[in-house]
Amino acid sequence: MATTSSGPDVAVVGFAQSPNVRSTNGTTNGVEMLVPTLREALGQVGMSKDDVGFWCSGSSDYLAGRAFSFVAAVDAVGPFPPVNESHVEMDAAWALFEAWVKILTGEVNTAVVYGFGKSSAGDLQRVLAMQHDPYLVAPLWPDAVGLAGLQARLGIESGRWSERAMAEVAARSRADARENPRAQFSGEVCADDLLAEPYLADPLRAHDCAPITDGASVVVLASAERARELRENPAWITGLQHRIDSPGFSRDLTASPSTTAAARAAGADGVELAELAAPFTHQELLLREALGLGEHVRVNPSGGLLCGNPLFAAGLSRVGEAAGRVLRGEAGRVLAHATNGPLLQQNLVCVMEGRS
Amino acid sequence: MVTDAKPLTAPLEVAFDYTRSLGGTLGAFMTALRQRRITGTRGSDGRVHVPPAEYDPDTAEPLTDLVEVGQEGTVLTWSWVDAPREGQPLEHPFAWALVRLDGADTPMLHAVDVGSPERMRTGMRVRLRWVAEPAGHIRDIACFEPACFEPAGHPAGEAGGTAESAAAPDSPPASSQPGGGEPVTMMTTPVRLHYTHSASPVETRYLQGLAEGRLLGQRCPECGQVYVPPRGACPTDGVPTEQEVEVAGTGTITTFCVVNVPFLGQRITPPYVAAHVLLDGADIPVQHLVLGCEVDEVRMGMRVEAVWKPREEWEHTMENIDHFRPNGEPDAPYESYSQHL
Repeated sequence: MATTSSGPDVAVVGFAQSPNVRSTNGTTNGVEMLVPTLREALGQVGMSKDDVGFWCSGSSDYLAGRAFSFVAAVDAVGPFPPVNESHVEMDAAWALFEAWVKILTGEVNTAVVYGFGKSSAGDLQRVLAMQHDPYLVAPLWPDAVGLAGLQARLGIESGRWSERAMAEVAARSRADARENPRAQFSGEVCADDLLAEPYLADPLRAHDCAPITDGASVVVLASAERARELRENPAWITGLQHRIDSPGFSRDLTASPSTTAAARAAGADGVELAELAAPFTHQELLLREALGLGEHVRVNPSGGLLCGNPLFAAGLSRVGEAAGRVLRGEAGRVLAHATNGPLLQQNLVCVMEGRS
Repeated sequence: MVTDAKPLTAPLEVAFDYTRSLGGTLGAFMTALRQRRITGTRGSDGRVHVPPAEYDPDTAEPLTDLVEVGQEGTVLTWSWVDAPREGQPLEHPFAWALVRLDGADTPMLHAVDVGSPERMRTGMRVRLRWVAEPAGHIRDIACFEPACFEPAGHPAGEAGGTAESAAAPDSPPASSQPGGGEPVTMMTTPVRLHYTHSASPVETRYLQGLAEGRLLGQRCPECGQVYVPPRGACPTDGVPTEQEVEVAGTGTITTFCVVNVPFLGQRITPPYVAAHVLLDGADIPVQHLVLGCEVDEVRMGMRVEAVWKPREEWEHTMENIDHFRPNGEPDAPYESYSQHL
């Protein structure tokens, strides 16, 4: 089950991302970030916009502060004559899911998936409060960092992880990000130094939290036939699943049953590398456990969200980063994870592999 | 050419009042809040959910067995907020906490007013503090405070409390059913989100042009179409537009409508004409007002010119053009604008 797939195959054949930066001068409809990123991704496989069977994007009007911002974003595609297009108000990893299904139906044989977000446009902590229960939680305007602190402390005090283990996640991520030219943060830091820093939101320090990032990313998908024409070493999707947990705080916040269920359904055994959408250090530790990743599995060689977190593109970037390892022949079987909602409420797992 | 100048930006506030109907379960919860009581619902497994779950998490059955619980509870976990944000329960540093009230089996999120993180710990006992005038809203709960109150040197007791919470900018307006015994059925939550809106580089050039009394567009390097206002990318080719083009203040009406309907905020008395004007040198029309002739004289192909406001009133806006009016030229032939409708 774990290494086989049923039905027609779909592969990732291209990936590009804009620089992950604290703020851009561009508009919130993402066009300025998307135009060069789309061009780079299509250029990798020698495609033009007319070769694309389906376009699907992920973004958020709340982040943009304007209605239907994704409608303006399609200018980056060149949507005349009209194109086959769709959008999800979620991380673009879920747009990838829709595009994957579209190819599986046989209706199209290529798809371009893109996500974008200009988190710097608004007061992000207030914007993120809008994702909570509107009756009981959102009126308190909880900030995402404060909520993550509640989750982190539950794990610390129950012995599931420690502040040191969290700092080591941050140090490893920043060290790995030195190889990622699009990362927002990178460098050599040691856990001891990080632990000497003051708390940002006790028990979280600044290094435990993903930065505020503007960015966009693009993934190109193709059917089996087209993938072999377009790329030497496609990253074949062997499993792609998503699951969701309750939005309430009564669930066990130190576990992620939806991640575990998605991984089981996707067939995640035997991966050697994983790109995880963990915007807080403790969430990487939580996800490792939920996914059953052993010590030998390399996690977030890109630096992960802690080194660049372009909301609504960050999960798609995990798919692209993991696929890139296969495309470049650096890894054989990889896993990508994406998340939506507060405290890892909804989770997607994509398993990919190379075939010689 | 697009300059590297920083784009124009402006503050943008998105504001609305979320007005929601509550339904039976949450309505009962809010009604009890107004009476300074906390209620939950009993699930199929006997667990008491506070705040109430409307449906059983395991069986999805509607939960109607309401249970009153205590107003003291236990902190299950917490995090510290050094710099409270707009709208949060307290304006001075506080702890977010998950609090399990006595008699409840699930925790609720709220603030604990405890002064400093050194006084905060998991397992501590806290009690609920009400606002001065509960209105049937989750914000009737001002916050929690340590159950063993230590008045000496405790800053929370002086600075915190109901008065401040009631004055918080995002505190709810009075309930639509104040006082009395009527059940609470609705709640309103004001939402205020603050952004910095950025114009794109080409929009910036366009707006700066307007401030100088000029109409600037951009030409697509691939298809040659001229966009006024300019767009970041050509919607036909998906490439950035690169060549700046100044277009005329004269143009042709491609289509129009006669506005007969009054509406809130209307600045001109109906009837009047809103038209698409294809400016000479542009490939997409702009929408504007046509004055200076009888409404029934306006027609497709009519030639018009921009009437600018006095120079001292110019800003970065298309409103610098007050309206268009007929310029007396013969009508443009249909073929000249048939591809621009």
